[in-house]
Amino acid sequence: MNAVSCPECVADISLGNGMEIGEIIVCPDCGVDLEVTGLEPAAVDLAPMEEEDWGE
Amino acid sequence: MRRRPRIGVLYSRVRVEEKWIFAALERRGVDYERLDDRQIYFDLEAPEPWRHYDAVLERSISYSRGLYAIRLLNAWGIPTVNSAAVAEACGDKMATSTALSRAGVPQPRTAIAFTPESGLEAIEGLGYPVVLKPVVGSWGRLLAKINDRDAAEALLEHKSVLGSYQHSIFYIQEYIEKPGRDIRAFVVGDQTVTAIYRKSPHWITNTARGGEGEICPVTPDLEEICMKAAQAVGGGVLAVDVIEHPERGFLVNEINHTLEFHTTQPMTGVDIADLIVGYVLEVAQEKDEIIM
Repeated sequence: MNAVSCPECVADISLGNGMEIGEIIVCPDCGVDLEVTGLEPAAVDLAPMEEEDWGE
Repeated sequence: MRRRPRIGVLYSRVRVEEKWIFAALERRGVDYERLDDRQIYFDLEAPEPWRHYDAVLERSISYSRGLYAIRLLNAWGIPTVNSAAVAEACGDKMATSTALSRAGVPQPRTAIAFTPESGLEAIEGLGYPVVLKPVVGSWGRLLAKINDRDAAEALLEHKSVLGSYQHSIFYIQEYIEKPGRDIRAFVVGDQTVTAIYRKSPHWITNTARGGEGEICPVTPDLEEICMKAAQAVGGGVLAVDVIEHPERGFLVNEINHTLEFHTTQPMTGVDIADLIVGYVLEVAQEKDEIIM
């Protein structure tokens, strides 16, 4: 099962092959950043918001 | 008994850079662990679990999380890439400027002030336009180009009430008219491994802000200033941002210690992820019981 529902807009999203836990995807419907939190079964959650000390 | 190195990778998000790094570790058959900085904690009385790592690669997006983690690891004798001293020198622009100045590396003229009044005096001493930057910050956030006294007064007042005390440390640089681009050069150990131009019609050229990459040749002059800049902050795996001044030549603008390379690696064909992994393994090898 690689289908998940966007927690923001409940759009159906299918996780592609090669996804990793911790990876960020964008909901194709509402554009929110989602973090992949599970693979078997697939799960996503809203990604943390950018903070002031983020960067490189 | 000799054993293979064990590497920790501290991260916040699995960006494409982390995926490439994990893939490089796996290709090389390295024993490694992924350490999500939201899930770890350090018991100061119990460093032993951390001593299982021969080196830790720090890839946190959060400067403060990464810095505190590697300070602790270094205090316990665990090598990190980069070291806490290097992260401290790169993560705070004032510290970077000081290190570059001490090493005689050319950089834009810079002033620091602590009050709006002295900030205005410093700005007018440099002459308009100037650039006001947060001492800690990245991705081109909160940079301000100030063209006149009205804007200077307004910005200094706004920054002084922004909430964090760090916004009242006024880091002011002369504005340099760039040729629509700057240079991002990648240093791994004792070599500048590749570089790109970051092109943008906007004065902020960060790729995070829409700047586009183009391959930049690593000339002997560029190699020399990048290596001096890297050595000035302690060396390691670094991204050096270089401005081409029309008269003064190359100037080092800043140095990044947890570099992103999602634009550079595919564009240049240089496997930066694998070079980083190779460097981390060299650092880990310093422990004499390790075999490679």
